[in-house]
Amino acid sequence: MELICPAGTPAAFRDAVEAGADAVYCGFRDETNARNFPGLNFSRDELTASVAFARSHGVKTLVAINTFMRAGNEALWESAVDDAARAGVDAIILADLGLLAYAAERHPELRRHLSVQAGAANADHIGFLVEAFGIKRAVLPRVLTIAEVAAVTRQVACETEVFVFGGLCVMEEGRCSLSSYATGKSPNMQGVCSPASHVRYRKDGAEMVSELGEFTINRFPANEPAGYPTICKGRFVVDGEDGYIFEDPVSLDALSHLDALQAAGVSALKIEGRQRGRSYVAKVVTEIRRQLDAADRSATPSGDTLRRMSEGQRTTEGSYDKRWR
Amino acid sequence: MAPLGLTLGPVLYLWDDQRWRDFYFRMADEADVDTVVVGEVVCSKRDHFHQDSLAGVIERLTAGGKKVRLASLGLVTLERERKAVRRLAEQDEFEIEIGEIAALAALGGKPHAVGPLVNVYNAATAKVFAARGATSICLPPELPVASIEAIVRGAPEIAFEVFAFGRVPLAISARCAHARIKGLTKDNCQFVCGSDPDGLEVDTLDGQHFLALNGVQTVSSTCQSLIADVPALQAAGVSSLRLSPQVCDMVEVARLFRAVASGQLDPAEGLAALADAYPQARFSNGFLHGAPGHELVA
Repeated sequence: MELICPAGTPAAFRDAVEAGADAVYCGFRDETNARNFPGLNFSRDELTASVAFARSHGVKTLVAINTFMRAGNEALWESAVDDAARAGVDAIILADLGLLAYAAERHPELRRHLSVQAGAANADHIGFLVEAFGIKRAVLPRVLTIAEVAAVTRQVACETEVFVFGGLCVMEEGRCSLSSYATGKSPNMQGVCSPASHVRYRKDGAEMVSELGEFTINRFPANEPAGYPTICKGRFVVDGEDGYIFEDPVSLDALSHLDALQAAGVSALKIEGRQRGRSYVAKVVTEIRRQLDAADRSATPSGDTLRRMSEGQRTTEGSYDKRWR
Repeated sequence: MAPLGLTLGPVLYLWDDQRWRDFYFRMADEADVDTVVVGEVVCSKRDHFHQDSLAGVIERLTAGGKKVRLASLGLVTLERERKAVRRLAEQDEFEIEIGEIAALAALGGKPHAVGPLVNVYNAATAKVFAARGATSICLPPELPVASIEAIVRGAPEIAFEVFAFGRVPLAISARCAHARIKGLTKDNCQFVCGSDPDGLEVDTLDGQHFLALNGVQTVSSTCQSLIADVPALQAAGVSSLRLSPQVCDMVEVARLFRAVASGQLDPAEGLAALADAYPQARFSNGFLHGAPGHELVA
């Protein structure tokens, strides 16, 4: 199984390559990718240089152009595809059907992967896209159990890739406008979920209140670190009782399922976290590489290294554990 | 300008069978809508609830002069869900409204409609569906009017519909927050979502109304109402408006939208009258104006 690693900056890209990535994925510095945060992502020149660096180490470069083309501004997305092709990347990762059609027509030789943002959760959906646009790989949504991952992988005529570590969408990816509802900025169109520009921390007595737009997402006592206000990891009140009604502030760690994912026929394992710093990329990639290469994985417990790197220092096996639902 | 059509969207909530059947019978007999979409979009576990009433409801709607469309599921992961979608796609009696792309292969190019949970953000994507038989598309509710206008202009062969009334579907998951909040899991949910026929309110810790739960779906706390924006939608070339059923007087809702669309009622008066038809609602139209979706922009 290939290990697909995130890079939000050229420096993190080099770290990922040196730490043992088989492929590194990144995006352009604009709305065309789903991690459109200030200070992140790549210029055209940075991408070209990174592709060369990766290639000299036998590592592939994948470019995520995985938001949905805003009507009237399609040229921004189309030029991202053209420029990725020109930079010689190994594949582009797309979600928008119109953009897939464009890429298939203009750059038929450029390998197309289906982004998790396409929300393709079954074999018929993926099969249609293989036939219509010649996708070579589909990144599966984080809503499937391992048995479902195995069934989809068996039934489709392309490779599958799954997330094994990092931030966890609780909702089906690419079909969530919770953040747009609160902020007016759309994950699908602007590539931002819970944008920093709309985040506010406010002291209220001893408590720290985290807000997104006008809404309180959580309150933290003085002795607890205040987490980032992502809506699906927030604390809310239903029927008079408060709690983490969608998901606790945890991130995904599916490393205990590596053997099962391999047996399921999965081609590639993805690490989330283009928005994370260099130390995250270096440590997480090194540790997961070590586990992937271990002959007997049961003898290499995941341990604290990864847990310390995860959101809220707590992890879940997510949908791979059937009880999650 | 062609007159705006009205489409009654599928009931997104789990209503007990009597409420569900009575609702459709009344809509069939009294509501001034052109098209009615029937079927379970949110959760396949609910499928059996209305199996016995479905044929009667369709018959009554047809007798009432409505065009009937059958909706397919929004998130398909299980084998039996794939089969159900395929069965729906293969029947020829009624038009299908696809809830996700799984249905396309089985449709084999047959004319069909595309529902609002399918991501159509631009004309190029609309054309992908048009080339495979789509004749109408209900656009994603978060689109601003500038995008709607650009899509309509770029894909004139398709009739576009806009989500004009109802709590906005914001997200769908394989996990059921509605069951989880009651201490249950999706597999053993006891259909608790059935106790909240208009959605279960999710408030912030500071008491702000924010979202609502509908099984595996999360909807807005506010009710989207584009009644005051009808002239702008007409100018953008929209063909029809979708009214999504809530626990309120939907016959009156349809009447008000029709009156505004035909120029017989002032849009601002329409909005005021809508509040009488759905007194517990707080209205919003922010998405259409490129603002946060929960806002009501005058």
